[in-house]
Amino acid sequence: MSEHRKPNTEHRNWQPKIIAFLCNWCSYAGADLAGVSRIQYPPNIRVIRVPCSGRINPIFVLKCLQNGFDGVLVSGCYPGDCHYISGNYYARRKFAILKTLLEFIGIEPGRVQFSWVSAGEGEKFAQVVKKVTDDVKKLGPAKRFVKRV
Amino acid sequence: MSKVLKIDKNVHEGVRELLRSFLENKKVKGVFALKKINENGAVAYSLITNPNMVEAILPFFPFMPANAGKLLSHLTLTGSLKGPIAAVVRPCELRAFVELVKREQGSLENFLFISSSCGGVYSLEKSVNGDLSTDSELWSKYWDGVKNPENQMADVRPTCKACEHFLPYSADMTVLLLGNKAIDTECKISLNTDKGEKFADGAKGEFIEEEIENEALKLFRNKRIEEKKRLFAESQIEKFGMDGLIKTFGRCIGCHGCSNICPICYCNLCTFDSRDYEWEPSTYETEIEKRGGIRVPPNTVFYHIGRLTHVGISCVGCGLCSDVCPADIPLSTIFLKVGESVQKVFDYLPGKDVEEAIPLTTFETEELTEVED
Ligand code: SF4
Ligand code: SF4
Ligand code: FES
Repeated sequence: MSEHRKPNTEHRNWQPKIIAFLCNWCSYAGADLAGVSRIQYPPNIRVIRVPCSGRINPIFVLKCLQNGFDGVLVSGCYPGDCHYISGNYYARRKFAILKTLLEFIGIEPGRVQFSWVSAGEGEKFAQVVKKVTDDVKKLGPAKRFVKRV
Repeated sequence: MSKVLKIDKNVHEGVRELLRSFLENKKVKGVFALKKINENGAVAYSLITNPNMVEAILPFFPFMPANAGKLLSHLTLTGSLKGPIAAVVRPCELRAFVELVKREQGSLENFLFISSSCGGVYSLEKSVNGDLSTDSELWSKYWDGVKNPENQMADVRPTCKACEHFLPYSADMTVLLLGNKAIDTECKISLNTDKGEKFADGAKGEFIEEEIENEALKLFRNKRIEEKKRLFAESQIEKFGMDGLIKTFGRCIGCHGCSNICPICYCNLCTFDSRDYEWEPSTYETEIEKRGGIRVPPNTVFYHIGRLTHVGISCVGCGLCSDVCPADIPLSTIFLKVGESVQKVFDYLPGKDVEEAIPLTTFETEELTEVED
């Protein structure tokens, strides 16, 4: 590995960077509620709002990992609650395929997670973020699929 | 037991005779099959209507110049053909076509599908440099291997030697080649559907009953399954990780021949050929800054991983990607292995049944809870 990437990864105070794709109608609102209710959660996530979990293309997730994110969280409405009726069911199938593929390229399963959070679940949102952050922290910095020369 | 039409001619002549009679009796409007295009042994898929041209058809020439499924999709992209067309294609080509039809890239209507218990094909390399013609050694060796499971097609492509789906799933007629020692004197065609029977009605020959799944086929299947296990194990894909990916895909020259030849890759503008895939100058600058240097063009491994997410669920393992790769990357093994694990999640066999939806276009409300955290 080149010298250039070392410092960040071996730093004792390393903090994971996690990207969170949140559905506008539920998890994003859940995150908002957590904020408004002043529920604390780890500041490691960077949020991208999507219109529905069904909008997420597996390529997005791969790209995040390739660009050096240590973890990816995808969160949408509960089964049966999707604003567009079935987007989250399709998302779940895409995710299952992506998971299988990630195994082949050696990405640890805990790095990429999928969960349901509703607009009223500020508390759950905080828990999910905490869990993902803890899991990714345990795994350490993502090195497997990060671009190299 | 299946209904079988037995013609007292060798398999090639037998099928030609049948096709000729279809054209002469106006049972079909055209015939789609491999046809000799010059005297050097070159063949190409052709669509013909003139019965006199049937002479030049080589229905089972062991070479795949393109996946016929992709070609048939081109023919029927905006609607079905009017007249019935008899199409002689290999099982994996038929599966690719069915898969494309499910993706609304063609129509099965008005086709009579004639396939065979398939002995595989030679690699592109072997086929195009003039070594393969009907009076070559490769040709006689091929047919020897088709007749006899013991000398299991010595030199056909690794993909074919490891292919267990050598019986077509949705053909109207199956020409019985594999393990049939009498192919030089008789042509047996199993009639799988009502349509197949209707077309065969009145053909010169004898109608008999026969079991298709015989001992020889079992032997072939076992050998091929064994070979597939060996090939998959040898590829070591599970252990890939980034180093393996770089080792394997790092030598890719980025010609995108694999996606162009792939029957499942039907997009008019591939993401990976699009502007979407290009970096802005500023991205280059940040990346160089971060890493001290980058490969140009970037995203070589990403292209392959990306393609795997696109085609894995529908990959029929036709082997053309490996065939065309100038960098000799065992794409077909990788795509089929990863493809099969993805397909297994949904218990899906691509191209088997046109009524069965592609897993990504449908869902169950109660399923896959193991992927949720
Ligand atoms: S055919 Fe081979 S060299 Fe060309 S893009 Fe595909 S893997 Fe790369
Ligand atoms: S790789 Fe993907 S985008 Fe490109 S042609 Fe194939 S399916 Fe389409
Ligand atoms: S609208 Fe939230 S997952 Fe579809």
